[in-house]
Amino acid sequence: MDFRLSPEYEMVVRMVRDFGQKEVAPTIREADRRQEMAPHILPRMGELGILGICLPERYGGQGFDYVSLGLVCEELEAVDTTLRVVMSVHMGLNSMALLQWGTEEQRQAFLVPQAKGEKVAGFGLTEPGAGSDVAGMASTARRHGGDYVLNGEKMWISLATKAHHILWFARTNPDAADPHDGLSAFLLETDSPGVTSGDIHGKLGVRAGSTGWVNCQDVRVPTRNRIGEEGEGFRIAMSCLDNGRYTVAAGATGLIRACLDAGVRYAKDRHAFGRPIAGFQLIQQKLAVMVQSYEAARLLYLRAGEMKNAGLRNTRETSLAKWFATDASFAAASEAIQIHGAYGYSDEYDVERYLRNARGAMIYEGTSEIHQLMQAGYALGTRKDAALRCELPAYDPAIWRG
Amino acid sequence: MADKIFVYIDHYNGQAVGPSWEAVGVALGLGPSLSSGVTALVVGDGVRGLAEEAITYGATQAIVRESAELKDFRPEPYADVVTGILKEHQPALLLMPTTGRTRELGAMVAVDLETGVTPDAISLQVDQGAVVATRPIYAGKLLTQEVARERRPQIVMIRTRAFPRPSPDASKKGAVDAAAAAPPPPATQVLGYKASEAGVSLTDAGVIVSGGRGVSNNGRLTPPAEITDEKQKEIWRAQQGFELIRQLAASLGAAVGASRAAVDAGYIPYVNQVGQTGKVVSPDLYIACGISGAIQHLAGMRTSKTIVAVNKDAEAPIFKIARFGVVGDLYDIVPAMTEVFRTRLGK
Amino acid sequence: MNIVVCVKQTPDTAASVTVEGGKVTWGDAPLVLNPWDEFAVEQALRTKEAHGGKVTAISLGPEGAREALKQALAMGCEEAILLSDPAYASADTLVVSAALAAALRKLEAVDLAFFGRQAVDSDTGVTAAQVARRLGWPSLTLVAAVVAVDPQARTIDVERMLEETRQQVRAPLPAVVSVVKEIGEPRYPSFMGIRKASKAEIPVWSAADMGFSVPAPALTWPAIIAPPKVDTTCEMITGDSPAAIAAALADRLIDEKVL
Repeated sequence: MDFRLSPEYEMVVRMVRDFGQKEVAPTIREADRRQEMAPHILPRMGELGILGICLPERYGGQGFDYVSLGLVCEELEAVDTTLRVVMSVHMGLNSMALLQWGTEEQRQAFLVPQAKGEKVAGFGLTEPGAGSDVAGMASTARRHGGDYVLNGEKMWISLATKAHHILWFARTNPDAADPHDGLSAFLLETDSPGVTSGDIHGKLGVRAGSTGWVNCQDVRVPTRNRIGEEGEGFRIAMSCLDNGRYTVAAGATGLIRACLDAGVRYAKDRHAFGRPIAGFQLIQQKLAVMVQSYEAARLLYLRAGEMKNAGLRNTRETSLAKWFATDASFAAASEAIQIHGAYGYSDEYDVERYLRNARGAMIYEGTSEIHQLMQAGYALGTRKDAALRCELPAYDPAIWRG
Repeated sequence: MADKIFVYIDHYNGQAVGPSWEAVGVALGLGPSLSSGVTALVVGDGVRGLAEEAITYGATQAIVRESAELKDFRPEPYADVVTGILKEHQPALLLMPTTGRTRELGAMVAVDLETGVTPDAISLQVDQGAVVATRPIYAGKLLTQEVARERRPQIVMIRTRAFPRPSPDASKKGAVDAAAAAPPPPATQVLGYKASEAGVSLTDAGVIVSGGRGVSNNGRLTPPAEITDEKQKEIWRAQQGFELIRQLAASLGAAVGASRAAVDAGYIPYVNQVGQTGKVVSPDLYIACGISGAIQHLAGMRTSKTIVAVNKDAEAPIFKIARFGVVGDLYDIVPAMTEVFRTRLGK
Repeated sequence: MNIVVCVKQTPDTAASVTVEGGKVTWGDAPLVLNPWDEFAVEQALRTKEAHGGKVTAISLGPEGAREALKQALAMGCEEAILLSDPAYASADTLVVSAALAAALRKLEAVDLAFFGRQAVDSDTGVTAAQVARRLGWPSLTLVAAVVAVDPQARTIDVERMLEETRQQVRAPLPAVVSVVKEIGEPRYPSFMGIRKASKAEIPVWSAADMGFSVPAPALTWPAIIAPPKVDTTCEMITGDSPAAIAAALADRLIDEKVL
């Protein structure tokens, strides 16, 4: 087992790190204060190919593997969580779903422009009244001739006002014996008549991003936009989360690293009682714990990425990585603030933003509580992963790099 | 028998480049054991006056080679002329100031004569008949000694202001060997000149003058009657203060910086902010005016080679990391500094 | 156009460099493409994009310098060549420039050779001019802008950054050009470029491969030392009047060679 990164991975990491440092870091505090996503971010991520990083070249992607996606997310979130959120919804939840469940026509129609960054993609699962209880969703999709008619509202949708395509989940069969079997997935084009959206402000964190609501009022969606079969919606949504939460795990790992770096820098600079505070053991302890969290989180997400590369089902491993990294990133940010003392409490420094950003990741893509239930289920043998009709394709450079 | 030392006098627009005289001083200082006289070398068009000036700075004699074609500096013809002269006179050492021109010139002459060239020397020692130069590497993080043990001439370019400039003495006399040069026509053509853009970038600046909160602190100034709002009056006063800072910066060819407090208070745009959340700078000289020295600011400028602090408050933390400090009112001190630097540095 | 860019691998500028046992060490800080050379690669690529042709990156260095060449390939250079030979062990710029000139001759029909203004480790800034001298090509150093390239007339117009002014120069091709930061932000390597670079075969040319007899260096380096630590006790400057204080401060700054 070679835990080192190949020179190719190193180059990818360096490139994304440079982009983040040069083009996002200088103005991120401002954007966070204004609670607005800087307009250049999505176009630049598209231009640079980041929005298509792990998709096959023949679908307009850059032909890198799933481990690269994780590494990229780690670098993006080390600058700001909002950059990684873009990857979570555009790539993890939406594009990879098209790769896994889409027909060839759907991949050509929707995945290719997404991979090229020509279209921005989002994920519409959560509703005002349904979060963890996915099967309790109220949105409907009724057959009408050759189309479906969508009605319903989704909330807490990242890139709600910016996405061209949203993977939208709705109930097609209200009479299903098990509500889980009554859901279907659709690729909603947001310029369709009847689609409205708006931004949500006042979030504790992820303020330099774009989060909002999307509402469908009698929106017609052709059958060719239905992803997977009727009734497969819940299974599709869960498999999307395997990929979305992988990016969250990788991103949170980057956030831990950012907290560690900030803590080390400040501890060396700041003097108290005649010496740098890095010399005090209680400060050192905080740094040591961050190192431990970082290394463990990194190994967990990289393992999940390798399993995706190998075409192995990784629901358990990804859930574990996400739960661990997100909880650890919140703790790391809190301790990073403590190291900074009163300065940590001010937005003059980055660490308070890290804390506010970290808190959200403990809630979305499966709350930490949901993950604990999952892990207990696996451990007790009460939870088993059934085979899926469509699996995420294993990474094959010969196919990805046409 | 002692060896000859040649000093190349770099010039632009008819004026000698000041550090050329520092090079003359270095040559003179290398001691009679190494020098049987210092020969100033001037190449160009209409530059005979520079040769005479070199004599007043201490050169024993001067060689001038002129041609209309040498009016604009181009390295190839200048190198041809200089190489020819060095081959004829066989000096042990060629000294030059370090400029964009002399770097090219020294580089090419070194190739012609198969010898070493050392730019940016900050000190010189004579060791076993050779000049050992010390120069910075890794952006000054380290110093290396460098010597051409056997090749002659040694070519050494001194760093600007690393050595003292001698004072000229109009009574000094020396022979000037002036003649026409006949360089082959250069392949390149100078099409023209353009003024450089105004303003020095903070991160590249060798000298930075920064203002802080204290810049607005002048009760003696009366804002114009139209300004009634207290906050606007404060900003007006601060802008007067920053104008003084700008003038001091201009006298030093420096960039203008500011502390976060000054930026937040609206005195000056964010692009000038130095500090953890602004730019991190590492100039040779950082002059902090009316800046208390909060850690956030220090993090942005602490690695400056020399820090000068001007502040009314003798207890201000900035004095703990400053090399030189002045306790006083920056409204008095800063203009006085501008006056002195303008005179002494002639900018 | 047949364009070459000469690059060097150097320690990262953020590295803490010290002297241990008389040798420079940078701990485990990474080695990178010399930052000035990134600008040179950028300009080489822009010139190729404007006029067609290809860019070859060459570097004189040890095996590890391949990584710097890979960075150049990832940015968009078509080819890369490593110049490596035990005879380059204690090379000075006389040796390096001779080797680079030999490589440029071997490459044949090169139109432009780009360099960064200096390497951030050795900081000499003379190599480009020396290569030009050896080849008999015009030397255009400190170029802030390539204003025009005319492949038919075989000329290049540049703006050079002098201390006092910007000088506009026209030179015939082939020419050597060294660039400064004003030339423009270097591009990131593209992902496609990264893929290409990681697969690339980078040939190594020894001195013999170039039919080149390595000259002896002219310079030796008796010692490398850390700069003396500066005393940080603050010297307060006083005087009877602001003018006197300012004069006293100027005296001290000039004494200490700060000004």
